[in-house]
Amino acid sequence: MSQRIRVLVRPKAGILDPQGQAVERALPALGFDGVANVHVGRLVELDVEDPSRVGEMCEKLLANPLIEDYEIVEA
Amino acid sequence: MRFGVLRFPGTCDEVDAQLACERVGEATILWHGDTDLQGVDAIVVPGGFSYGDYLRVGAIARFAPIMESVIRFAREGGPVLGICNGFQVLCEAGLLPGALLPNKTLRFVCRQVDLVVEHADTVFTNACAEGERLSIPAKHTTGCWYAPRELYEQVEANGQVLLRYAPGENFNGSLGDVAGVRNEAGNVFGLMPHPEHAVDPLTGSVDGLKLFQSIANHVGAHV
Repeated sequence: MSQRIRVLVRPKAGILDPQGQAVERALPALGFDGVANVHVGRLVELDVEDPSRVGEMCEKLLANPLIEDYEIVEA
Repeated sequence: MRFGVLRFPGTCDEVDAQLACERVGEATILWHGDTDLQGVDAIVVPGGFSYGDYLRVGAIARFAPIMESVIRFAREGGPVLGICNGFQVLCEAGLLPGALLPNKTLRFVCRQVDLVVEHADTVFTNACAEGERLSIPAKHTTGCWYAPRELYEQVEANGQVLLRYAPGENFNGSLGDVAGVRNEAGNVFGLMPHPEHAVDPLTGSVDGLKLFQSIANHVGAHV
């Protein structure tokens, strides 16, 4: 049996996030006011037989721990 | 001396790199799926979009079979030069400090940039003079060098920054105007600008050749 896992990868706090900034600037231009702290990351979905190994997968490949935080969510 | 120039699926600057190497020595293209470095004296990891740069720039290429051999070669002290995508690959492989983030403008930029040589007593810059300015083209979207504060302070304290963008030239937002950085041991170096595109007066500058010449000088002095 495999299990569906979601890995959320985000730029670490304080790291220049020009994608988030671009989205944050674009929203008010479309009339969506009151939006702040926009950050753009990545969602990785995977079916795994051994969910206990996902942390290791994140450290080695799915995220770069130097610049990104990751969060493992069971779908 | 003989350079080995890596070729991943998606690499696009390996031929220019090979031609640049051939101005100061011999050069062989090494395929990503092989593990044999064929006895070369130095490795160049060239620019392009290895494995489509899927996931993150350089993230997949670092696991290529040839990279196992390159990592061993580097750990044994062999000179390794990473250019643009090659720099990104070497950072992902943990051979160089830091990581490359998207340019602060989010735009692809292709232009000639002025770099300042910070240290000239190294494997990669011994054909330059300290403080010399090099005019070399850069072309990338993900070239903003970054390191967490503690690591950055260490890199500066060790004098690992060999090339900096000259004042006003840091178009990508790199921390400390870092254009090129070496490892602690000094035998691995990566930079975002493309020295292999600046080796012939026809294209405006021959300053890039100095980096290849430096490696050849180093190897020549150590055989």
